[in-house]
Amino acid sequence: MSEAAAIHAHAPRPMEGIRVYNVKLGMWVFLLSEVMFFSGLIGAYIILRFANPEQWAAPGEVLNVTLTAFNTFMLICSSVTMVKAFAAIEHGDQAGLKRWLLATIVLGAAFVGIQVFEYIKLAEHGFVPMASQYAADGGGPLYGSTFYTMTGFHGAHVTIGVLCLIFTLVKALRGHYTEEYYSGVEIMGLYWHFVDLVWIILFTIVYLI
Amino acid sequence: MPEPASTFGAGIDSIYYIILWITGAIFVLVETALIVFIIRYRHREGRVAAYSHGNKKAEIVWTVIPFILVLFIVYASNDIWLEVKRADQGGAAPADALPLRVVAKQFEWNVTYPGPDGELDTADDFVKRNQLHVPIGRAVRIDLGSEDVIHSFFLPDFRVKQDAVPGMTIPVWFEATRTGEFPLACAELCGLGHYRMRASLTVHEAADFDLWQSQEIAASGSPTGASEIDTERANEAEISEGEESA
Amino acid sequence: MSTTQLLAPNVTAQHWADPSHPDDRPFIRRYIFSTDHKTIGNQFMFMSLFFLLVGGALAMMIRWQLGWPGQPMPGGGVLPETMAPGGILLPEFYNSLVTMHGTFMIFFAIMPLLVGMFGNWLIPLHVGASDMAFPRLNMMSFWSAVPAGFIMLASFVVEGGAAGAGWTAYPPLSAVPEYSGVSTGQQLWCVSLIILGFSSLMGAVNYITTIVNMRAPGMTWMRMPLPIWSLFITAILILLAIPILAGAAIMLLFDQTIGTTFFLPEAGGQPLLWQHLFWYFGHPEVYILILPAMGVASEVIANGSRKPIFGYPAMVGAIVAIAFLGWIVWGHHMFQSGMNPLLGSSFMLSTMIIAVPSAIKVFNWLGTIWRGDIHFHTPMLNALAFVGMFVIGGLSGVFMASTPVDIYIHDTYFIVAHLHYVLFGGSLFAIFAGIYFWFPKFFGRMLSPTLGKIHFALTFVFYNLVFFPMHNLGLGGMMRRIYDPNQYGFLEPLQPMNTFVSVFALALGVSQLVFFFNILWSLWRGEKAPENPWRSNSLEWSLASPPPHGNFEAMPAVYRGPYEYSYPGRGEDFWLQGEPPDGGAVHAPTGGAPVGEGVPQ
Ligand SMILES: [Cu+2]
Ligand SMILES: [Cu+2]
Repeated sequence: MSEAAAIHAHAPRPMEGIRVYNVKLGMWVFLLSEVMFFSGLIGAYIILRFANPEQWAAPGEVLNVTLTAFNTFMLICSSVTMVKAFAAIEHGDQAGLKRWLLATIVLGAAFVGIQVFEYIKLAEHGFVPMASQYAADGGGPLYGSTFYTMTGFHGAHVTIGVLCLIFTLVKALRGHYTEEYYSGVEIMGLYWHFVDLVWIILFTIVYLI
Repeated sequence: MPEPASTFGAGIDSIYYIILWITGAIFVLVETALIVFIIRYRHREGRVAAYSHGNKKAEIVWTVIPFILVLFIVYASNDIWLEVKRADQGGAAPADALPLRVVAKQFEWNVTYPGPDGELDTADDFVKRNQLHVPIGRAVRIDLGSEDVIHSFFLPDFRVKQDAVPGMTIPVWFEATRTGEFPLACAELCGLGHYRMRASLTVHEAADFDLWQSQEIAASGSPTGASEIDTERANEAEISEGEESA
Repeated sequence: MSTTQLLAPNVTAQHWADPSHPDDRPFIRRYIFSTDHKTIGNQFMFMSLFFLLVGGALAMMIRWQLGWPGQPMPGGGVLPETMAPGGILLPEFYNSLVTMHGTFMIFFAIMPLLVGMFGNWLIPLHVGASDMAFPRLNMMSFWSAVPAGFIMLASFVVEGGAAGAGWTAYPPLSAVPEYSGVSTGQQLWCVSLIILGFSSLMGAVNYITTIVNMRAPGMTWMRMPLPIWSLFITAILILLAIPILAGAAIMLLFDQTIGTTFFLPEAGGQPLLWQHLFWYFGHPEVYILILPAMGVASEVIANGSRKPIFGYPAMVGAIVAIAFLGWIVWGHHMFQSGMNPLLGSSFMLSTMIIAVPSAIKVFNWLGTIWRGDIHFHTPMLNALAFVGMFVIGGLSGVFMASTPVDIYIHDTYFIVAHLHYVLFGGSLFAIFAGIYFWFPKFFGRMLSPTLGKIHFALTFVFYNLVFFPMHNLGLGGMMRRIYDPNQYGFLEPLQPMNTFVSVFALALGVSQLVFFFNILWSLWRGEKAPENPWRSNSLEWSLASPPPHGNFEAMPAVYRGPYEYSYPGRGEDFWLQGEPPDGGAVHAPTGGAPVGEGVPQ
C-alpha cells in the first residue's frame, strides 16, 4: 500500500478543491437538489398521467399553447440577456451589466405576469387544481392539479429569481461588481439558466405532449 | 409463529428457518469474535497494538462470502415468493379457486360470497361482515379492495398479508390445510379503530362449507337482501365479532 | 467576499483565529445568532437532545399503554381530556403518540444529532478550515430547524391533536380529516417537515462545499477521517433525497388543504404514489441516519484500539456503495403494498446486496480491534456496543428483505425490533460515543467517566431487554401501532412479554436521565479538558478545548492519514495529522499545526 509512502510525504501541496470558488460550487450543489425536486414532481406527473390518460385533454385544447410559446420565447431571451450581463462585467463594462440585468428583469417579470394572466383566464374556464370544482371542457382534475403544481413551483422560482436579479441590479448600480469580482452575477446566471431549462422541459411535457 | 394453516405456509416458514440458521451462525460468529477480541486485546501494561492497515486477502474473503450467502437467500426466497404471488400466472389464483371479494373499510371487513353458482356479481351473492368462511383443500381467490384508507389483510396462521388499497383491487389467494377458526387482523394503521379491526376466518370441511352457505342464504330470506351493508360512519361503528350485517 | 476568494483556491482566504485579538463578539452573536460552526454544533446538540427527551417521553406513554392496557397512567391526569381522560390514554391520542415518537426521533433527534451536531462540530476542524464555506447559511440552517421542531410540537395542542397517521403518513388516512380525526395536526406535520427540509438542504450545501473546497494542504481525500467521509456522503444523500420528501409533502399538503387528489383515489389519484415518493426519500434517509454513526464509531474504535482502522479504502468504498445502493431499494418497504410482485423480486435482490458493504464494515471494525490495545473509555464502550447492536439490526434486516418472510413479519413488532436495533442500538449508541468523545473538545470539560459508565451499563442492559423480545412479539404476530393487542385472542398470551418490555422500557427511559445529568453537571463542574484527552490524531486535537473562533491560527498542514496509531518506533502510540514528520515535538503547538514549505500563507 502506498500509505507508508504517504506518511513520509513532506511539505503537503496546497489543496485546490475542484478549482471552483465556493459560492459557485454551492450554487451548483443547490441546483442539484432543485433537479431532484422537479424530478419528483415530473415523476409524479408521469405516473398519474399514465394511470389516468383520460384526464388529459389534447394539447392546446384547454391550455393556450400559443401564448405560452411566446412566454417561453421570452424566458429564453432572458437567458440570453443574462449571458450578456455576465459577459459585460467580465470585461468590466458597468453600463452593459446594468442594461442587460435590467432587460433580464423585465423579461422575467413579464413571464410571471403573462403566467398569472393565463392562470386567471384558465380559472375562469373552470380549469382549477381543486378536484371538486374542476369544470374545464376536457381533461380531468388531475390535469389541473398537476398543471398548477408544476408551473406554480416553476413560477415561484422565476419570481424569486426576479427578486434576486433586482437585488443584483441594486448592487450593480452601487458599483459592487468589477472585472475581477463578479461571482454574484455569475451564480445569479447559473440559477437563471437552470430555471429557464426547467421551463423548457415543463413546457414540453405539460403543454406539448 | 403459529403453526401454518395454508399450503404455502410451510414453504415460507422453511425460508425463515434457513435465514435464521444463516444469520444465527453469523451472529454467533461475529459477537463471539467481538467479545473474545475485547477480552483478549484489552489494555494491559506494556501491550502494544499491532500496526496494520488491513489485509487485502481477508477483506476479499469477507466480501465474497456474504455476497454468495445473500445470493443464495435471494434465490431460495424468490422461488417461494413467486409461488405465493403466482407471478408466473400474472397473479391469478388457481382456476378452480373459490372467488370471494373482501372490501375493507374503517373498521370492518366485508366479505362477498359468490353463492351457489360460484360466481361473483350475480344475484345469489351474499355479504357477511367480519366473517370469512372458506372450505378446506380448495384454493380461495380474494379480490381485495378498500373503501376508504389503506388497510392490511393479515391472516397470521396462513402467512398471508396484503395491503388493501382504495382504488385498487389486489388478488390474494390461499388454500387452507386445517379446519378451525383463525384470526383475521388489520396490519396497517388505518385510524383510531385500527386496533380493533378484527374478524374471524373459519375453515370448514368442504361439505360443511356448502351447508353453512345454504343456511346463510336461507336465514337472510332473499339471496340479495343480505348484501346490504350498513354504511354507518366507521368511527361510531360498534363492531362485535361475528355480528351479521343488518 | 474578496478578489482572492474568487480567483485563488478557496483555502487561502479564511479568517483564522487571531490570539492577539480577544474575541469581542457580543453575547448574542457569540451564543445565539452565531455563525461559528462550533457554536452551531453545540446548539444542534441542545436542540436535538431536547427533542430526544420529547420523543422518549412519548415512547414511555406508548409503552405504558402496551404494558398495562387501559390502566390510568401515573401522572397521566395532567393530560387534557382530549388525550387521556383520567390518565387513560385514548386510541386517537395513542396514534398521535406513535406518529410523533417516530417523527421526533427521526427528524428532530437522530438526524440533527448526527448531521447537525457532528457535521458542524467536525467538518471544518477535520478538514482544517476556519469555518464552514457559508457561515451565515449555516446559522440559518439551525434557526430554521428550531421553528420546524416547535411547529411539530405545537401540533399537540391544536384542535384535533397531532398527526396520527404514522411517521410514514400514508394517504388517504393522512390526507382526509374524516378518516383520521386529525386535520390541523396533519397539515402542521407537512409544514414542519418542509421547513426542516430547507434546514437540511442548507446544511448539505455547506457540508459538500466545505469538504470539496476547503480541505487544508495535505488533506487528500484518502486522508480524511471517516466521520468526514460519512458526512460527505450523507450530505449528498440529503441533498438529493430531501427535495423528494418536500415535493411529496407539498402535494400531500395540497390534498389536505386545497382539495387536489394526488394521493386520493376518488379522482384517479394514487395512494401508492405517496409510498413510492416517500420511500424513495425514506430509504436514503435510513442511511442518513446510520452512515454518520458508522463514521463516528470508526473514529472512536480506532482511537480506543490504538490501531489504524482496518482497511480504510474498503471502509470508504463501503460507505459509497451503501449510499449508491440505497437509491434502488425503496420498494422493500412495499412488498405487501400491492406493487407488482416481480418488482418485489428485484427490490429483494438490490436490498440483499446492501448486506455486503454492511458486512465489510462490521468485519473491518472487528479487524480494527483485533490485536489492538483496547482502552475502555466511555466513548469506546458505546462504540463497541454500536458494533454489537448494528450486527443484530443488520441481520434481522435480512429477514424482512426476503419477500416471503416479509409477508409474515411486515407491519409487526419484528420490524419495530429491527428498526430500533439500527436506530437506537446503532445510531444512538454511536451518538453517545461521539458526544462522550467530543464534548470535552467543544465545552472544555470532560464528561464524568463514572456517570458515563453507569449510563452505558444501564442503557446497554435495558436496551436489549426492551428490544430483543420485540422480535418474539413480532413472530407471535403482534401488529405495529395497535393500541390494545388484547383485542385479539391470539395476542393475549403475549401480554406478559409486553409488560416485561414496558417495565424495562421505563427503566431504559429513566437511565437516560443519568446522561442528561452528566451533561448538565459537567458543563459547569466537569474536569477541565486538556487539548487531546483521548490521545487522538485528527486536526482538532492540537487545538485548545474549546478551539478559538477561527479554529487555527494559520492554515494547518496535513502530513498523514488520521489513524496512524501505534506507529512502530515512535514513543507515543498516536501521531497527529498536523505534526511534521521530522518535527521533534510530539504535541503540536497550541493553536495550529506548523505549516510546511510551499504552503500558501
Ligand atoms: Cu387497520
Ligand atoms: Cu428501506
